[in-house]
Amino acid sequence: MSAAPEASPSPSRPAFWRNFGRFLGNAALESLDGGKLFYIWMFCLTAIFLVGANAWAVQVRDGMALSNMSDHVSWGLYIANFTFLVGLAAGGVMMVIPAYLYHDEEMHDIVIIGELLAIAAIIMSLMFVICDLGRPDRFWHLLPPFGRLHFPVSMLSWDVIVLNGYLFINAYICAYLLYMRYLGQTPDPRWYVPFVFLSIVWAISIHTVTAFLYCGLGGRPFWNTALLAPRFLASAFVSGPAFIVLAIQVIRQAVGRHFGDGPIRTLVNIMRITILVNLLMVVSEVFTEFYTGGAHTSAARYLYFGLHGHDELVWWIWSSITLVAVAAVLMLLPSVFTKHWILNTACILAFIGIWIEKGMGLIIPGFVPSTLHEIVEYRPSAIEWKITAGIWALGLIIYTLFIKIAAGIVLNRTKLHAIPDEPPASESSPAPLPTL
Amino acid sequence: MSSSSTSGCGKEDCGCVSRRTVMKGVGATLGAAAFARAIAPLTEWVDTLSVDEFLQRHYKELSLVDLKVVLRRLEKETKEQYGADVTISDTKPQEGVKFGYALNLSVCNGCRKCAEACHLENNHDRPSNQSYIRVFEMQKGSMDMEQGNAHYDKPVPQPDKFYMPVQCQQCEHPPCVDVCPVEATWKEPDGIVVVDYNWCIGCRYCEAACPYHARRFNWTKPVIPKEEINPNQGYLSNRIRPQGTMEKCTFCLHRTRNGRLPACLEACPTGARVFGNLLDPQSEIRWVLEHKRVFILKEDLGLKPQFFYFFDS
Repeated sequence: MSAAPEASPSPSRPAFWRNFGRFLGNAALESLDGGKLFYIWMFCLTAIFLVGANAWAVQVRDGMALSNMSDHVSWGLYIANFTFLVGLAAGGVMMVIPAYLYHDEEMHDIVIIGELLAIAAIIMSLMFVICDLGRPDRFWHLLPPFGRLHFPVSMLSWDVIVLNGYLFINAYICAYLLYMRYLGQTPDPRWYVPFVFLSIVWAISIHTVTAFLYCGLGGRPFWNTALLAPRFLASAFVSGPAFIVLAIQVIRQAVGRHFGDGPIRTLVNIMRITILVNLLMVVSEVFTEFYTGGAHTSAARYLYFGLHGHDELVWWIWSSITLVAVAAVLMLLPSVFTKHWILNTACILAFIGIWIEKGMGLIIPGFVPSTLHEIVEYRPSAIEWKITAGIWALGLIIYTLFIKIAAGIVLNRTKLHAIPDEPPASESSPAPLPTL
Repeated sequence: MSSSSTSGCGKEDCGCVSRRTVMKGVGATLGAAAFARAIAPLTEWVDTLSVDEFLQRHYKELSLVDLKVVLRRLEKETKEQYGADVTISDTKPQEGVKFGYALNLSVCNGCRKCAEACHLENNHDRPSNQSYIRVFEMQKGSMDMEQGNAHYDKPVPQPDKFYMPVQCQQCEHPPCVDVCPVEATWKEPDGIVVVDYNWCIGCRYCEAACPYHARRFNWTKPVIPKEEINPNQGYLSNRIRPQGTMEKCTFCLHRTRNGRLPACLEACPTGARVFGNLLDPQSEIRWVLEHKRVFILKEDLGLKPQFFYFFDS
């Protein structure tokens, strides 16, 4: 988890790999062991996940007609969540940059909280794509050499590559750092620092490519704006840190150790900027749309004020803007650093506000009015809500288990060999260990 | 997150099984059973699929023999699922032919016979009354489609209105083809954009990309009574589409590649529709393009449609 300044002598390769299976086994066992609260939490999430899994199975069997999507609004809640979660995954990098680019030592110690979030969020976003496919059994058509990935012309093929690449990079970094810690060895920077820098660039790329999915469509003026990718990034760098701040506080409670005040301060400072940049971009878009006017404005008119008596989204977008604006004010208060309830409220409001903005505020108005200017409204069906809740539950299950594994290893509960004295969590170099 | 590394009786490595371990085993078993129960509908769905269907290659990778096997299989499946005897063929594009379509807005009276003919010819789902053609009732003196109405329900034509049918414009640069992540849709040499219904994964990106609302998704398995099924079918055109895949207008290529006219044109009572080979200087469509006031929809997008609208001067 933590990078030590000096590399230890490289272990011989066979010894290095010999224990990897045991590491995975130990980690899995440790992650499933916990107190009463842990089991209640996992039980509830599992129950929600099962409801979602059942809803998905029914949707695949009976067809997507069970969703409220139509030929007019052909993407809905699933793609909205997919877009938001790509942002959440990219937002995880906001811990990596201070840690590795600016050598923030305290951030270094807990940066894995963000990296694990990126993994869980990417897994969730891929699941949302699968749930949106009419024919999930044909998923292999995307996989070269068996399928025909339309690269480089289709932006969706780029997205497949960058999302899986980001998943792989982060999984590798986390597994490497945790495994070295498990072995009681100091990670060798040569084996992970290049990948960390790659992941920073890659994090930007996943959300940029996802924005290009939409803004490359000339027939949909609401999306066809160059501001889309930067706005995606700005909002992602709010929602990601907001989730991480909340996660750090929960983990502190669960682990019973006080850590991370410095990193929380850094993350709040990041959000103070990004949330204002995001609001500025909203204002810029609204100005361009409404001051210019014309037929291209109809989607924005529908979104903000309703069009020809149709106003399904108006409530959503104004609640989103209000939530984000209130969060911005709270974050700018000096007491955000001292009073936890202000910080938590700000993070929760910002998170929900941006979730709405990326869904009801971005994906749906791209389809209303349709390209032939017909107004067909969309409101997610019960099946869509169930599947969405199921995927979020599974994502939280995955994230909880990841964090438990990481905590077990960092706190030296999960380890290859006994260590006489447990060092504190913030200790950057592990205790000396017997040779393997 | 508090956990204990001790087990059983409290002594480490005593070998006995703890209550906690037993409960975990019970929990895991119950969870697995519940999961199997939850996804049981998937097995019912898989029963309707065949291994051959799952493993089928892309249309362009099929040899003539493979294709023949696939066509016979699809005919057999239509018989099993819909009870109808059909012939599915695969007519290739002709050399030196590029199809174009033109529509006379001065004479179209909005009767929607074209949309109805499309519905029957192309074996569309009956309950949704699907068609590749949408006819808009437009205000005279304006091309603003926001003022148009595709759901008019009164005698036609109305004196202050004109009528504009919209279907796939078979663009020269089709954005739907560009965005498809698996190359399940492409432009044929005779200018018709087609879909391999057995390769499409159902992501609906092409539907999002189309500026003419020309694509349709099979949100459910199409329902058509046996006796209403058009038995003259093409692999790339009007055969019954599988659930969860995309479809679109193909200029009735199973007819037009065999020298016939599109079903919508044959059904039009006013003679508003003109179809033909754009490469043939003697064709009627070329005469229209050269002698009428012609325009295309959304010219600013630069997609170069091969579907033209004109007025009598």
